[in-house]
This record gives sequence, C-alpha cells and structure tokens, in this order.
Amino acid sequence: MLLIPCPHCGPRNQEEFAYERSVDSLVRLDDAPGVAMAALYARANLRGEDHEIWVHVQGCGQWLRLTRDRVTHAFRDVEAL
Amino acid sequence: MAKTSFAAGRYSALALLRGALGGHRHWGRAWRAAEPGGPYDVIIIGGGGHGLATAYYLAQVHGVRRVAVLEKGYIGGGNTGRNTTIVRSNYRQPQLQRMLDHSLRLWHGLSDELNYNVMFSPRGALFLGHSDADMVKLAERGDALIAMNIDAELMTPDAVAKLVPLLDMRRDARWPIEGGLIQRRGGTARHDAVAWGFARAADNLGVDIIENCEVTGFLRDGDRVTGVTTTRGDISGGRTAICVAGNSGHVAGLAGLKLPIESHTLQAWVTEPVKPMIDTVVMSQSLHCYFSQSDKGGIVGGGDPDMFPSYAQRGAPIRLEESIAQCIALAPALSRLRMVRSWAGVTDMSFDGAPIIGEMPLAGLYLNGGWCYGGFKATPGSGWLYAHLLATGENHPIAAPFGLDRFASGRTVDEAGAGPMPQHR
Repeated sequence: MLLIPCPHCGPRNQEEFAYERSVDSLVRLDDAPGVAMAALYARANLRGEDHEIWVHVQGCGQWLRLTRDRVTHAFRDVEAL
Repeated sequence: MAKTSFAAGRYSALALLRGALGGHRHWGRAWRAAEPGGPYDVIIIGGGGHGLATAYYLAQVHGVRRVAVLEKGYIGGGNTGRNTTIVRSNYRQPQLQRMLDHSLRLWHGLSDELNYNVMFSPRGALFLGHSDADMVKLAERGDALIAMNIDAELMTPDAVAKLVPLLDMRRDARWPIEGGLIQRRGGTARHDAVAWGFARAADNLGVDIIENCEVTGFLRDGDRVTGVTTTRGDISGGRTAICVAGNSGHVAGLAGLKLPIESHTLQAWVTEPVKPMIDTVVMSQSLHCYFSQSDKGGIVGGGDPDMFPSYAQRGAPIRLEESIAQCIALAPALSRLRMVRSWAGVTDMSFDGAPIIGEMPLAGLYLNGGWCYGGFKATPGSGWLYAHLLATGENHPIAAPFGLDRFASGRTVDEAGAGPMPQHR
C-alpha cells in the first residue's frame, strides 16, 4: 500500500488519490497529429522509474507529479502541479 | 483427430496401472530441459500459456518445429499460475466474440488433443444483474451473442436462486439480484495444467523450451530483428515473437519501441478448501467481482485491478478488501471461510481493452500482448492465431482486427467505450 507524500497535506493513504496518467501522455493544443497520436497511445511503460500525474481527489484536490519506481514502489520525487 | 504419439509414452489409465505395479518409478520428465541452440525458425519470448500454445500450434498445425520458447523464470510461474481460471466467450464486441469463441471451441477438445488433463470444466459462467438497467444490458448482450451463434441464456431471479442457492436474493440485500445471463459452455480449467500440457505436447514435437533464460535485448540487422540476446547467450531466429503479457512494455522497450499498453497489478485470492458449495462461475460486471470453487475446494475470487501502473507482483489491500466485500455481500456464506492466500499478477492494460496480435514496426518482430486481465480464457485461441501469423506472415481473419495499427487508424475494439486510456473494466 502506498503512503503518498502530498506536497500540500503531507503523507496520506493511497486510497485518497487517483492515478491519472503518465507524464509522457500529455497532449498539447499545438501538437502535430503524429505527436498527439504518440502522446495518446505510445507509452514507455518502464519497468523502473517513471513519471506520473496523480490527483489527491479525496484530499486537497490538487494535481501532483510523482517520480516513482514501478517495481519497488519507492518515490523519488513529488511535486505540486 | 489422430492421436499424438509421445516419445516417453502417452498418459492413459493403462500407463497409470502399469506405474502402480512398478511403484510409479517409470515416469519421466514431461518436457526436456533444453539448452539454447539455433538458429530457429521462430523464437517465442515468454513461456506462459500463450507462448507455449503458440509453439505447440506452430509445430502441430503448421509443421514449423525449429521453435524455441524462452522463459525468464520457470514454466507456469507467471500469469498462467496467477489468474482465476475463468473461461468464457460472452463478450459484447463481435471481434472479441469471434476470437474468444474460437478459443472456447479449442478448450472443449483440449485435454484430448494434448493428452493432458487440463481439467476444463464447462460449469457455466453467470453474470449477475442488479437493476433493471443491468438486465436490459445483459439482455442486449445475450441477443448479440445469440446472433453470433454463441450460447447465452437470460435468467430470472428464481432461476438464478435455484442455480446458485448461496446468493443473497433478499430484496433489501446490499446488491439485490434481478436476474442473470449465463453462458453454459463457459467454466474453469486447471491453469498450471494448461501450461504443462502445452509444454509437454510442444516439446514432444521438437520445440526447445528453455527456462531461466531472460531476454536482455534484440539482435538487429538494420531495421530487421534477427534474434535475441539473453542471460544464456545470443539466440538467432527467422521470426521473433514477443508473448510476455504483463511485461510487453518492457520487452518492446528493449527494441526501442513504445506500445499502447500500461502494466497494472491485478489481485486474486483463495479460501481454505471446503466441500462443494458453488458449481458455477459467478460474476458481477456492475460491481466487478467474480468467484468460483476450484476442484481442490477453495473459493477463488478477484475483482478490479489496482488502477495504477506497477510491475510489482503484489497488490494493495484496498482492492482486495473491495472484491472480497462484494463477494461476501452476494454470497454471505463466504464470510465464514478463511482466506489462505492472495497474490497479484502484472497485466498488460491496453488502451482499448482488447488484445494486440500483429507485426511490430521492425521487420521480423511480432507482438501478442495487451490481454488486460482476460488472457487465460484465450490461451489456446491466442496461441493458435499467433502461430498462424508466425507461420504465414499474415494475421488470420479472426485476429486481423487486433493489429497494432488499429490505434492510429481509429479502428479500436473498445468493449468499454472508454477512449484512449488503459481500460479498467
């Protein structure tokens, strides 16, 4: 079970958060079709450290960027968005 | 179908009797401990049920026998041994119906074909409905299935209560049961036996099954893949076939490719063994839980995946609690049982909820993955279709809608209708 260090509320139970998407999936308004396509459908899906966007839905409601190891579940970095 | 002959002898009642007289000392290994060799016609990465089935059908149906199956651990140690063993074909989209019913037809003759008892038990797979809206949805699905010549039967609450007396049919139950939709040809199978049976039958046809052999990279000749580098040396082959659902993203990454897949954890649990109490597979798609009784007597169940990317083969208690609470609410007697084990597997969550079978952007490299958490039921069919692709270079018409190019062209097979996200349902 994850104890997610919310930059606004401090460490909170995983149950309060929702995983939104990985950072490499962000589509910008002026992206070319090929770039937007890749952002929608292509994931590095690393077996190791990756960057993710989570929301503290049942806490402060803020968006977070987590750098997290997908094998050990250890957090390296959490930043408010 | 002609009976396959086995170098080490067929399994039969007579062989068992002969063994009994001799103290059962004559039983040999079910498959050889093959050393890496080659070059091979086909290298299959991943010795799970799907990879082994692919190897078997390559040799059996297409006569392609110079085949290697590379397994990073041991046979049956991955998702093949971690699922809840449910087999059914009652999907909603015609592409999935065609694919999974093709697989279900293979299940029905599999023990005979492999000369291995996979304990396939078509005991019926029942979806419960909890509201008028659920029943409309189930009736609509049933009609769609019948139109495809797939069996489906809508059930009244009385019929459901008669079939599964353990269910809480009270009007004021936590989730009242308004009826159900059953596929009587669906059921369960012994998951390990499926891997072992395919491994033994493939090995018997000359396939090299190489365990403890993890792929670490790809051999390349320009834009063509010509084999793999592994922890047991380089292995070269004509066609290289990724078949590692759960780890597809990782293995594709070794070739510098990205997939419309995220790896998520899915948990399951089993109770202490008890006398027969449920002889049907009970599922609720509105809640999302499912349970059945194994032949050993344990109640095996599961629910939603953990909803965040992870390659760890362990899950969070919150999801476990959720699926158990749902099962207990549906069948209160389950609350008296002790849970003896829970575990997790890593699943390929594809971005439309459907599997991917097809060519990769590099010549000579193929993919079979993205099975989300529905791969076990597809084991024989997936292997059969992948073998067709690897032997002929062309996808079989049943597998054609599942190519990797469907995402760019907008022809996704979106059972949940949820758009470009890893599907949770």
